[in-house]
Amino acid sequence: MASSRVSQLLGHVQTPAGECSLCILPRHRQVHTCGPNAQKYGSSIFKLTAAYKADTFADKVNLGVGAYRDDDNKPWVLPVIKKAKAILANDEALDHEYLPITGLPEFTSAAARLILSPDSVALKEGRVASVQTISGTGANHLGALFLSRFYEFNGEKQVFLSNPTWINHLAIFKNVGIAPIYYPYYDPKTIGLDFAGFVNSLRNAPKRSVFLLHACAHNPTGVDPTPEQWEQLADVILEQGHYAFFDCAYQGFASGDLDRDASAVRYFEQRGVPMLICQSFAKNAGLYGERIGALHVIGSTKAEADRVKSQLSVLQRSEISNPPSHGARLVSMILNDPQLFAEWQRDIKTMAQRIIDMRDRLFDILTNKLKTPGNWDHIVNQIGMFSFTGINAEQVNALIEKAHIYLTANGRISMAGLNSNNIDYFAENLDKAVRGTL
Amino acid sequence: MLSRARPAAVRTLRTLSTWSAVPAGPPDPILGVTEAFKADKDPRKINLGVGAYRDENGKPYVLPSVLKAEEIITASKADKEYLPITGLADFTKLAAKLAYGADSAPLQEGRISSTQSISGTGALRIGGAFLARHYPHSKTIFLPVPSWGNHTPVFRDSGLEVKGYRYFDKKTVGLDFAGLKEDLRNAPEKSIVLLHACAHNPTGVDPTPEQWAEISDICKERGLFPFFDMAYQGFASGNTARDAFALRHFVKEGHQVALAQSFAKNMGLYGERVGLFSLTTSSPEEKARVDSQVKIIVRPMYSNPPIHGARIAGTILGSPELYTQWESEVAGMANRIISMRDKLYDTLTHDLKTPGEWRHIKSQIGMFSFTGLTPPQTKALAEKAHIYMTGDGRISMAGLNGGNIVYFAEGVNAAVRGDL
Repeated sequence: MASSRVSQLLGHVQTPAGECSLCILPRHRQVHTCGPNAQKYGSSIFKLTAAYKADTFADKVNLGVGAYRDDDNKPWVLPVIKKAKAILANDEALDHEYLPITGLPEFTSAAARLILSPDSVALKEGRVASVQTISGTGANHLGALFLSRFYEFNGEKQVFLSNPTWINHLAIFKNVGIAPIYYPYYDPKTIGLDFAGFVNSLRNAPKRSVFLLHACAHNPTGVDPTPEQWEQLADVILEQGHYAFFDCAYQGFASGDLDRDASAVRYFEQRGVPMLICQSFAKNAGLYGERIGALHVIGSTKAEADRVKSQLSVLQRSEISNPPSHGARLVSMILNDPQLFAEWQRDIKTMAQRIIDMRDRLFDILTNKLKTPGNWDHIVNQIGMFSFTGINAEQVNALIEKAHIYLTANGRISMAGLNSNNIDYFAENLDKAVRGTL
Repeated sequence: MLSRARPAAVRTLRTLSTWSAVPAGPPDPILGVTEAFKADKDPRKINLGVGAYRDENGKPYVLPSVLKAEEIITASKADKEYLPITGLADFTKLAAKLAYGADSAPLQEGRISSTQSISGTGALRIGGAFLARHYPHSKTIFLPVPSWGNHTPVFRDSGLEVKGYRYFDKKTVGLDFAGLKEDLRNAPEKSIVLLHACAHNPTGVDPTPEQWAEISDICKERGLFPFFDMAYQGFASGNTARDAFALRHFVKEGHQVALAQSFAKNMGLYGERVGLFSLTTSSPEEKARVDSQVKIIVRPMYSNPPIHGARIAGTILGSPELYTQWESEVAGMANRIISMRDKLYDTLTHDLKTPGEWRHIKSQIGMFSFTGLTPPQTKALAEKAHIYMTGDGRISMAGLNGGNIVYFAEGVNAAVRGDL
């Protein structure tokens, strides 16, 4: 027992850049309480969800996994998707034939236009190699795999990830032989962006390094750079010849506006930054389990993009042969039909707005009603599905064990898990946890 | 709106483009055939490349049981939430039961680790990665020669070394059983062996039950690890239990096996990507440990599998009515293919008196037939007769029908005679 506890602690101390092996708290946390409970819920979203499901407490709250829930805490199939499904169901010509290796062409081209905009010069010049992938994870994996095979790394194969980042990013890159390194991102003192640290890291990294950037609605912190900061980031990235690996899982979900949420990606393309984009329709189209996403790699010429696409195709063939059809057909419909596209924009706004309302309400209850110690501005400043509350692992465990409120050990909550029925309960217990009275 | 930054003298390092050294990748030898076919404008064109079933009119066939299952699913207003990493439980349980049989000991004892996969390719890939990481005795997999073209890249990219064992005898256009046995006996002990459970792709040549029993004995002698690829259960003989004979025999004989299962062909669910990867283990506790390692492989590749096709398959397998209906539809597909084999043999042998021996067309089984045509002949058939097949002379029997079989036979006849 004692020796295993010691090795737990040792494991924590020796873990390379950034994360405790038990609970993914950022390394710069001074007080690092990784007690036995941290391992119980720790870094596994799936374990957390399983624990939530097994809990029989009537008022339990799940603020773990990032899937949208409506105000009744139900999964929400977007009305436009229901419509699209009905159209497909009635289409007698529809079959289940194989898609091409790189996916449904009507889907991939529309998906590229969605993120890059129809005015994109790269698109007009045919310089974008687009491949349908198994949602965002598949895009990240294929992009990382492609880099590991073809990118001319300046020394070791490594990728710079924001500290913190979506936990699966680490596994994705390690899996293809690229070592993850953290760049400063989240500042626990301000519960905001450590911009100076970020820029510094860009300047000090070897030239032509690969940096993973969250296009909008940073996961897990909800902290995004401002437009002005994005401009400065582009300057330094271009100076240093770095490669921008964009992960875009929340287009439309962050601000409610598809174009606004794409502005960093589009700006970088306009500036000519070497880049690829991983795109997911899991959240913004509510198609989680259909696994629909895309990878777009921008080349400097059409011929180059064609060669890149042919190699992506070879990689895809030896893993999945060709991607799943159903989700691609649904998204293709809503992207290519103006009426359906307008309805989709409406449905996205519904989701984004509900989340923004929850942020406003939570902020109001904590600040004005309960007068919870601390500054809670970050709740309304952060954007997207997640919020880094700023509480520590002990407080998290107290919330789980005493109040049956489930969230990850890093203090991240999924705003989508809050609703008018549970927001008071959550706020009251968060207040107690902060005060240490839970 | 982001404005352009000040046009400072920010020189970029773009003189050498990021991807300038990326070479063009080769077109896929199998799926590339369909691309060439699509580009051909001749009205007589025939696609015998990819193994996708076609009905008597040359059209894709959506199984009525699949349509019924889809109606049920639509009416249920199911959501689209993430599946667990290992997939839809209602599907994985039943898919394993279909393969191993309801009375299979490891199934009944809860010691089969099952993971929904991206069709057969995905199952092979999970299996390859799992064996590369966790199979303690060897990093080499032996494939029959020839095998499905994609097997080699799948296993190589998984981290295994790929070798071959003799399988197809060009002289007899049948099984080189003596060569097979010799090569398996000479393989290093405990190597991994890939076995096509039924309807060998591309040759259509399967071992007999007696031969399977011998292969099982040799695997035991040498401690070889059997990895079954079963993409045609039901499609080979028309009977799902019969087509699973080899797998079930091995399991009964006490082998621990890996299995890649596809529902692309037997349920016509091709593009929905429905499959299962399974491993028999020694206990439920071991199964749980294996499950946890499979999840570690899946999560960084694609997190969790697609739901739509698995729901369809699960609905069919889980409904006694639909299951019975489905079995008869699979038999229907298999029987149409068998009738095409008979007709092709008759036309070549009796009507056209094509040089050579064509009995193998009738004795081979499943969707494919190794015609024995050479690469130059297949090329000529594509260019002159607009008949498309893979360069190794493999044809998908499912692409033949009453409307094109004579034209096809005439093309083969001309190719063999050198008259094309």
